[in-house]
Amino acid sequence: MNARSGDVWAFAEQEDGVLADISLELLGKGRKLADTLGVKLCAVLMGSGVEGLAQPLFEAGADVVHVVDDPALKTYRGLAYRIALVKAIEKESPQIVLFGATHMGRDLAPAVASALRCGLTADCTDLRIGDYEDKKTKEVFRNVLHQIRPAFGGNIIATIVNARNWPQMATVREGVMKALEKSPGRKGEIVRHEAGLDGVDIPVEVVEILRRHSSVNLKGARVIVCGGAGVGSKENFALLHELAAALGGAVGGSRAAVDLGYCEHERQIGQTGVTVRPALMISCGVSGAVQHLAGMQDSQKIIAINTDKDAPIFKVAHYGIVGDLNVVIPKLVKAIRKGS
Amino acid sequence: MAYTCVVCVKQVPDTAKVTGKAMKEDGTINRAALPAIFNPEDMNALEAALSVKERFGGKVIAVTMGLPAAAAVLREALFRGADEAYLVTDRRAAGSDTLATSYILSKAVAKFSPDFVFCGRQAIDGDTAQTGPQIAEKLGFPAVTYLEKLDVEGGKVVATRDIGTGVETDRVALPALFTVTEKFGELRPADVRLVMKYKNFEPKALSCDDIGCEEGRCGFAGSPTSVNKIESVVLAGKGFKEIPADDEGIAALVKELRDERTIG
Ligand SMILES: Cc1cc2nc3c(=O)[nH]c(=O)nc-3n(C[C@H](O)[C@H](O)[C@H](O)COP(=O)(O)OP(=O)(O)OC[C@H]3O[C@@H](n4cnc5c(N)ncnc54)[C@H](O)[C@@H]3O)c2cc1C
Ligand SMILES: Cc1cc2nc3c(=O)[nH]c(=O)nc-3n(C[C@H](O)[C@H](O)[C@H](O)COP(=O)(O)OP(=O)(O)OC[C@H]3O[C@@H](n4cnc5c(N)ncnc54)[C@H](O)[C@@H]3O)c2cc1C
Repeated sequence: MNARSGDVWAFAEQEDGVLADISLELLGKGRKLADTLGVKLCAVLMGSGVEGLAQPLFEAGADVVHVVDDPALKTYRGLAYRIALVKAIEKESPQIVLFGATHMGRDLAPAVASALRCGLTADCTDLRIGDYEDKKTKEVFRNVLHQIRPAFGGNIIATIVNARNWPQMATVREGVMKALEKSPGRKGEIVRHEAGLDGVDIPVEVVEILRRHSSVNLKGARVIVCGGAGVGSKENFALLHELAAALGGAVGGSRAAVDLGYCEHERQIGQTGVTVRPALMISCGVSGAVQHLAGMQDSQKIIAINTDKDAPIFKVAHYGIVGDLNVVIPKLVKAIRKGS
Repeated sequence: MAYTCVVCVKQVPDTAKVTGKAMKEDGTINRAALPAIFNPEDMNALEAALSVKERFGGKVIAVTMGLPAAAAVLREALFRGADEAYLVTDRRAAGSDTLATSYILSKAVAKFSPDFVFCGRQAIDGDTAQTGPQIAEKLGFPAVTYLEKLDVEGGKVVATRDIGTGVETDRVALPALFTVTEKFGELRPADVRLVMKYKNFEPKALSCDDIGCEEGRCGFAGSPTSVNKIESVVLAGKGFKEIPADDEGIAALVKELRDERTIG
C-alpha cells in the first residue's frame, strides 16, 4: 500500500506572454485531480517577465503558481526549460505533472521525464485517480493516476499507470479537457524559483520565429460544418461555407479533404488536426475513420450526410441523412434561411 | 567536414491497415495479422542523414532495437545508401517503455560518437514521439524536434522546425539530435546495386551487455509505465435518427434543432 503526497502541477504554456488555451484546460482537469487527492493545484509558469500571467492562472483554478522568470527563458528552448523545470520539480516534489501534448509540451516533457527517470504517458484524452493492482506481485497502489490514451494509430485505447515512480507525468491532448468557468479576482500564492542557468551553455540559438496567423477558429465555434473527400472539389467547398454562414458557424475538413487540397490544413479535424466539440457538427461526405472521429465524436449533436448508409460516421451521429450532399446541403440552407 | 550520422529506425505494424481481423477476442491487436513496415517518419529521418552525407561527406549508420525480424528495416536502409547497420536485440529489452527504449538506444548510439543523430518524429504504433527527445537527454545533446529543413553554415546547423503556432529557425552546435517530420521530404528510392549487394545481409546483433546497459534500466525492470488495460475502439453505434433527404424531412430537422436551441 503506497500512499503518495505532493501537489498536482500543470505546465502553463505561454508564447510571447500569451497563455495557450491548453494551460487553462490542464488546470480544469488538474482541479478535479487535486480535489480528489486533497492536495493543492499548482501551475508552473516559465519565461521572462511573465509573472503577470499568474492572475489568469489563479482565476482558472490554480492555488499556487510556481514562477521561474529568467531572461534566458524568454524564448522557449528545450534545453534551458528542461534544466529549470527539473530543478523546480526536484525541490517541490509534486506527485503529478501535466503538460499539453502540443509541440512545446511534446518537446519538453520527454526530456524532463528522462532526466528525472520517471514515466511519461503521451497524448492522454482522460485522466482519473484510482487504485491499481500489479497483476504479478498483487501489490495494491492507492490513488494512482490512470492515464487514458489512444495508440496504434487511434485503433486502441490504453490505460497506463506508473505506480512505482515519482512523479507521474502525462501530456494531454489539446481541446479535450474543459477549462473551468473563470472566477474573477480569485487569489493564490506565488512561489518564485531560480532558473539555475547562470554559466550554463545552451548550444541552441533561436534565430527567427515566423508565426502563422490563423483566421480559422474551429475550437471556439458553436457550429462546425465539416467536409470530406465526398465533397469532390475545392470549388464545391463553397457549399459548406454557405451552410456555415447561414448558421454562423465555421468550416472544417477531414484529412482527405486537406490532402486533396479542398481546404487548408488549419481546418483539419482529427487526431493529427484539432479536436473540437461544438454544439452542432454537420459532417458532409466524411466516411468516419477512427482518426477523424477522435477529433469530433464528443460534439453535442452530430448530423451526418453520406451517400453510403454503412459509412462509420453514422455510428457517432445523432441524425443521419443518407443522400448526396450536393442535394441535401442546399435544402438545409433553404430551410434555415426560411425560418430565420 | 565529414560527419557521422546515426539514424534510429523502427519496424512497426502497419496500423493504417487495422481491420476487424487484426483485433483479437480480448480486444488487443493481433500484430501477426498486420504487415510489418518501416516506420514512415523514419524514412524521412534516413533521408535527412543521407542528404547530410551527400552534401558534406561522412557516413550513415542505421540502428534499430527489436526482434531479429527487424533486420528487414536495416536492409532497407542499406538499399537506400546507409553504410552500416546494427540490430540491438535482447530478451532483457522486452517490455521497454520510452524511458528504457531511449536508454538502450542511447547506449547503442553513443558507441559511434555521432555528430548527428536522427530519429523519426513519431512511431505509428506506440505513437508517443518521446523516444527521440529522451535519447538526446541521455546523450547530453540538444534535441531539435519537428525538423523540416537543415543546412550547415560555419560548422553549425541551421534547422527549420515546426512549432505548431508557426515555424522557427535555430542555429545549433553539434553534436545534436533531430526528430524529423514528413515535411523534410521523401526518402530516395533503393539503389539496384545496393539491393544486389545487401539482399542477404544479416546485421551484427548487439545485446544489452555488448553496449554496456545496466541491468535494471532495460525492459520491464527499467520501465516506470505499465499498460494496465487495452480496449479496441469499437464504435458502439448509439442509433441515430434517420432523416429523409427531401424537403419535408430536412425542414422538420431544422425545426427540431431550433426548438431545442441547438441553432438560433
Ligand atoms: C496516423 C494517422 C492520422 C490521421 N489523422 C487524421 C485526422 O486528423 N483527421 C482525419 O480526418 N483523418 C485522419 N487520418 C486519415 C483517416 O484515416 C481517413 O483516411 C480520412 O479521415 C478519410 O477522409 P474522408 O472521410 O474525407 O474520405 P473517405 O474515407 O474517402 O470518405 C469519403 C466519404 O464521402 C462519401 N461521399 C462520396 N460522395 C458523396 C456525396 N456526393 N454526398 C455524400 N457523401 C459522399 C463516401 O461515401 C465516403 O464515406 C489519419 C490517418 C492516419 C493513419
Ligand atoms: C498501446 C501502447 C501505449 C504505449 N504508451 C506509452 C506511453 O504512454 N509512454 C511510454 O513511455 N511508453 C508507451 N508505450 C511503449 C512504447 O511504445 C515503446 O517504448 C516503444 O519502444 C517506443 O515508443 P514509440 O513507439 O512511441 O516510439 P516514438 O517515441 O514515437 O518513436 C520516435 C522515434 O524514435 C525512434 N525509435 C523508437 N523506437 C525505436 C526502436 N525500437 N528502434 C529504433 N528506433 C526507435 C524512431 O526513430 C522513431 O521514429 C506504449 C506501448 C503501447 C503498445
